[in-house]
Amino acid sequence: MEKDKFIKMALTGNEAYAYAMKQINPDVVAAYPITPATEIVQIFSKYVADGLVDTEFVPVESEHSAMSACVGASVAGARVMTGTASQGLALMHEILYIAAGLRLPIVMAVVNRALSAPINIHGDQSDTMGSRDAGWIQIYTENADEAYHSVIMAIKIAESVNLPAMVMLDGFIISHEMEVVNTLPDEEVKKFIGERKPLYNLFDFQNPITVGPLDLQDYYFEHKRQQMEAMFNAKKVIPEITKEYNDTFGTNIPAFVEPYKLEDAEYAIVAMSSAAGTMKEIIDEWRSKGEKVGLLRLRITRPFPYEEIRKYLAGIKAVGIMDRAETHSTMGGPMLQEIKAALYDLANRPRITGFVFGLGGRDFDDEQANTILTMVKEMKDGKELPLYSFIGVRE
Amino acid sequence: MQRLNLKQLAERSHGFAPGHRACAGCAFPSIIRMLLAAGADYDLVIANATGCMEVVTTIMPYSAWPVPWVHNAFENAAATISGIERAYRALVKKGKIKSTGKPVKFVAIGGDGGTYDIGFQALSGAIERGHDFLYVLYDNEGYMNTGIQRSSATPMYAHTTTSPSGKVIPGKQQPRKDLTKIIAMHKPRYAAQASPAFWNDLVKKFQKGLEVEGPAFVSVLSTCPPGWGTPEDLSIQLTKIAVETRFWPLYEYEDGYWKVNYKPRKFVPVEEFLKPQARFKHILKRPELVKQLQEEIERNWEELLWLESRKPEEE
Repeated sequence: MEKDKFIKMALTGNEAYAYAMKQINPDVVAAYPITPATEIVQIFSKYVADGLVDTEFVPVESEHSAMSACVGASVAGARVMTGTASQGLALMHEILYIAAGLRLPIVMAVVNRALSAPINIHGDQSDTMGSRDAGWIQIYTENADEAYHSVIMAIKIAESVNLPAMVMLDGFIISHEMEVVNTLPDEEVKKFIGERKPLYNLFDFQNPITVGPLDLQDYYFEHKRQQMEAMFNAKKVIPEITKEYNDTFGTNIPAFVEPYKLEDAEYAIVAMSSAAGTMKEIIDEWRSKGEKVGLLRLRITRPFPYEEIRKYLAGIKAVGIMDRAETHSTMGGPMLQEIKAALYDLANRPRITGFVFGLGGRDFDDEQANTILTMVKEMKDGKELPLYSFIGVRE
Repeated sequence: MQRLNLKQLAERSHGFAPGHRACAGCAFPSIIRMLLAAGADYDLVIANATGCMEVVTTIMPYSAWPVPWVHNAFENAAATISGIERAYRALVKKGKIKSTGKPVKFVAIGGDGGTYDIGFQALSGAIERGHDFLYVLYDNEGYMNTGIQRSSATPMYAHTTTSPSGKVIPGKQQPRKDLTKIIAMHKPRYAAQASPAFWNDLVKKFQKGLEVEGPAFVSVLSTCPPGWGTPEDLSIQLTKIAVETRFWPLYEYEDGYWKVNYKPRKFVPVEEFLKPQARFKHILKRPELVKQLQEEIERNWEELLWLESRKPEEE
């Protein structure tokens, strides 16, 4: 494609997801409505009803059946997609592991939403953080434009390593906010993703296969080891496919992490998704006042990019890690713990503190961002900080 | 529909490999063979729920299955076959599947736990959506794979490890869920109840279920010697007595009409079905409980005859 020949569209995050799915034109979509991801299945149903896609749409009776039907269809060799959020993802939980264990490259568009109880429909990342050990590639996007491109890339990544992939955006903050999305022409999407080439043919009746047998002490471990090998391969494949995408279309999407003004930073923040966008604005303000502060946006958490994190955070004096989810371990949010583990054996590791913010969709605003930056700066200057703090909550 | 004699059945059911680990006397290997015989005119794809059948027929690296077979989880065989069936449609549309010349048919198999209980929602949804599939239920009246616990298919007063016959409570306190009728009320293309002892009737029901376009359901009684506490060599005989006592009537639902396929000529009391089974031993000395079971049988039978009385030609 001639570079920068994007078709500019004004889309919400959900519309961007659905539009990417239309262009991908998957063989099967099995999905169930859930706020705030409902629009994805709504819009996609209309594409099906208007004959704009060839997809067989299965309007299942639950998310558990959505993922179960996706597994069946993917085993059968189809290119399969779905979308969900929150409780829906939690209901799929059992089958997420089966999709990964059977090595099925299903791609799921997820809108991050808080988990009950108390019931809440707004954005935080407790849903997908709860699925982080399910064996799926996990991609967190900052805005609708990145979500659109990430879904298309996810097809190729998933099918290259035979692992399922989920792409995330923040509920309401991105899913319902309209922004300019640089879309690609249909034929360019089609060309980039190609056709799925399944390893086995379920419909080869002369050579029937058995899928999902009982796998006991004598084989299970080897199969899990192979599955892990696929995740190691994903680490190699993700930067290659991201580069290919950027080179082909002139986009500038980071693979695992996005370093922002880190070159000379004395202290830094690690943030994800839409909160990273807000934090970049505030960091710009602090930079204009002469502060040497930067940000590392974590984009892919499975496989976990520990080399990249070590590369960018080594030598920085103090780092604050932001989590829009809790682990209920009393040791802070999930990314605080994983990033700490990644940095542990670095000789010049930074001092680290964590921040849990924005649960249940509470707005992350400049006041909170300034508080976080102030605290991390004080830590850089020698102040002792707690293991982690809650930001923007009434105590 | 071709009527199959025993010799033809034997010829057509080959391929389900020996060496699977089903218990001696387990009825479901016979049920599978009759399903494969009935389905020999088609290319079958099977989705199997977690349970005894899945466990004993596919111990890695072995498989007893001569046809494409998929196991996903316990409660989702019907959802899994939904996905497979739609994927097949999509791939045919794109010219990605080579036909062998035989029509392709989709079958989901589950035990009573995976069908009456945990898989009930997925089955209900798949039938409502009208997928083209035959659901085969092998009903051994309990969670036998996990060690004989009660399910909603377990008959009243049966002893299981979670409805034990104790000093105060004599086994399961509730009658079984009437699943075949509940499924029939979804108005599938076909629904039936069958027994391996009546092999001719069973094979015909499998053939009908496979032949229709759209959802079909066949529920088959399947003896479990360790779960029922019965001698291994009595398994098929027991599925005959179950029908003769009308504990397990043979009937079908087709195009909105009901038909009772077998009406025993003489009355056989329910005790005949209960006596050989250790799970009912504790109630044989309590005639008032046996009487309740007999009364339930009579009520269900009356209801079936009433349903059958509405004939197509009368309209």
